[in-house]
Amino acid sequence: MANKVIMKGNEALAEAAILAGCRHYFGYPITPQTEVAAYMAKKMPKIGGTFLQAESEIAAINMVIGVASAGKRVMTSSSSPGISLKSEGLSYLAGCDLPALIVNVQRGGPGLGGIQPSQADYFQATRGGGHGDYHMLVFAPSTVQEMVTLTVKGFELADKYRMPSMLLADGTLGQMMEPVILDIGEVKTYEKPWALTGTELKREHNIVNSLFLQPEELEQVNFARYKMYEEIENTEAMYDTYLMDDADICIVAFGIAARVSKNAIDAARAEGIKVGMIRPITLWPFPKKPLLEAADKVNSFISVELSMGQMIEDIELAIRCKKTVALCNRVGGMIPTTEDILNSIRNAAKGGNA
Amino acid sequence: MTTKLLIAGFGGQGVLFIGKFLAYAGLIEDREVCWMPSYGPEVRGGTSNCGVTLSDEPIGSPVVDHPDILIALNLPSLDKFEGAVEKDGSIYIDSSLIERKIEREDVKAFYIPATKLARVTGLSANMIMLGYLLKTSNVMPYELAEKVIEKIVPPTKQHLIAGNLKGIEYGYNYCE
Amino acid sequence: MVVFDRPHALADIPLHYCPGCTHGIIHRLVAEALDELGIEGKTIGVAPVGCSVFAYNYFNCDMVEAAHGRAPAVATGVKRADPDKIVFTYQGDGDLASIGTCETVHAAARNENITIIFVNNGIYGMTGGQMAPTSLPGQVTQTSPYGRDTQTVGYPVKVVEMLSQLDGASYLERVAVNNVKNIKNAKKAIKKAFQNQLEGKGFSLIEVLSACPTYWALEPTKALERLENTVIPYYPLGVYKDRFAKEEE
Repeated sequence: MANKVIMKGNEALAEAAILAGCRHYFGYPITPQTEVAAYMAKKMPKIGGTFLQAESEIAAINMVIGVASAGKRVMTSSSSPGISLKSEGLSYLAGCDLPALIVNVQRGGPGLGGIQPSQADYFQATRGGGHGDYHMLVFAPSTVQEMVTLTVKGFELADKYRMPSMLLADGTLGQMMEPVILDIGEVKTYEKPWALTGTELKREHNIVNSLFLQPEELEQVNFARYKMYEEIENTEAMYDTYLMDDADICIVAFGIAARVSKNAIDAARAEGIKVGMIRPITLWPFPKKPLLEAADKVNSFISVELSMGQMIEDIELAIRCKKTVALCNRVGGMIPTTEDILNSIRNAAKGGNA
Repeated sequence: MTTKLLIAGFGGQGVLFIGKFLAYAGLIEDREVCWMPSYGPEVRGGTSNCGVTLSDEPIGSPVVDHPDILIALNLPSLDKFEGAVEKDGSIYIDSSLIERKIEREDVKAFYIPATKLARVTGLSANMIMLGYLLKTSNVMPYELAEKVIEKIVPPTKQHLIAGNLKGIEYGYNYCE
Repeated sequence: MVVFDRPHALADIPLHYCPGCTHGIIHRLVAEALDELGIEGKTIGVAPVGCSVFAYNYFNCDMVEAAHGRAPAVATGVKRADPDKIVFTYQGDGDLASIGTCETVHAAARNENITIIFVNNGIYGMTGGQMAPTSLPGQVTQTSPYGRDTQTVGYPVKVVEMLSQLDGASYLERVAVNNVKNIKNAKKAIKKAFQNQLEGKGFSLIEVLSACPTYWALEPTKALERLENTVIPYYPLGVYKDRFAKEEE
């Protein structure tokens, strides 16, 4: 096996960011993602990078904006309450067409909430989080290995499309250790002629800005951005399937919920229930196509979430309400057990709701 | 084959280290491994636990709801998790800290006064418990212990290797 | 012979400022400093939210627009991305001394090697004349229609005095642009604040007392008189901190 090491999810994503060429990290301590900052604090000074513990999450995201406008790969990480504070900056990143990676290791909310794993920031992430019309690329890893690969992908696509990427993990994925392969192959980079590198008196000045006081102009800027979003929706949606070929019931779950679902599917199959799973890997763009196709084959869907039912709305939209979608969920830091999901599957198999 | 272990005790008893040891053993054996700690304020002086899953298949949930093997290093942990152990599973108990016997009849119990033995020998209780586990279960081969310890102990703490190995050896050779 | 010309670093477009506003003078002083030090080509400016929000159009160097109050954090990022570049922020009093106090204080505490031009006119101009953190006691504004009542809204924030308590800050000076002598001093201070950055001396902030005829509801000349007679006595001019003053002597 090639260079397998065992790492915590938080540390693995930090190392992956470094491998992807990120040399600037700004953060603020918050459980359960503080290991990211600790890892960066240790590593960055040794490789000529910058680790800076900002005075607040708000300052951190604005430092990210500074580095991003200078054209360098940059990231910040936080957990739910901290991401709310960063949301102003997320809107500015999108409005300024700046690439950056933002990591959200989610915990239970709202408010100060708790520190145990959650997926209740789904709406915040997939709808942008801050004000205005915009999207971020949202990646939902379900293994420590994916914490690595999707971190790299997040940087690459952010640069490609000049927009912020979010790695939407949760407390479990951040805290758990699994073997990972850090050999990530060649990392894609992109030219950034728009970056603020100094004019050297040889070109017109570059301006990074989101202010357009003429409504006609701002409208065109938004139209153009959404044209690009459309392209992204057509080309960049990522998902995984499990035992969908003959499935009568389709579970839709991401991240930690998908892992528990897999155990439940195996148990249900042992009982003779034909159930499979579509696991969105990108939450924006949401993998609408495979879901719509599945809607013509399966009898019903189950959305397994660590929220009061957020992704379920995207599923219903994607399948155009052709079939019923049941919700199987735990919240507040609780994780659905295999039994919870198995019961939902049994109910669905009987034609009832979960 | 999949084995799910839950190690639970007070913070400071080396709960996470036992888990880490088993996880690294899995890594060396090129098995699928998942290590999941409890985290947050409750680990500071309170109860601490970690789940380890070792498998030859990709691992689904990292959460160990129903362990095949429970290692209980204090009474609150036994009280909390005894009922969760899989039928025909095993419970390892530090009998110097837990006075009661287990109530379940459908699981095997292994009692070892690890903390007392540690006090007498100057070795560490968690390593003694680990050695005893290796002797009485098929979680991982005992012969792997040295390799695991070498991998897990950071370069600055190499002097700790011998002591840890002695602890494992002592637990392995312990008989009631 | 050309005796007076537009600095190269200042864009050749009309500024949007009100008649009698002193932002124009301060823009010019900054641009002159960039010219004289020959650094326009490697300078990156950070524009604020406030009357000078369009500063990104007015300076010919590369520019980034920050969210309200966040310019020092954005500047920190730009500077850390490439420490060889010269990075400055241009901020008003609402931006720097109210919503952005935290970013200002911590950039100073870190001795971030950046230059901050802090334009203090004691009023929110862009939004139409509301009370600023630096509005004087008794000052009538749209949101203090009976005059700033220190019993209910407290006292003005004296920025350079406050920052001078921080070990991190390197160079803090308060200047004014109400007459030729003071403008010349302001120019000197602003240039020095950039020079410091070139020499790696760390955090420099120049507070420039500025006039807002429109929302002070005064003719431009009267506004300059108010600056002289009312504002400067409350905010004394001078060097509040210069860590490297001794070694230069």
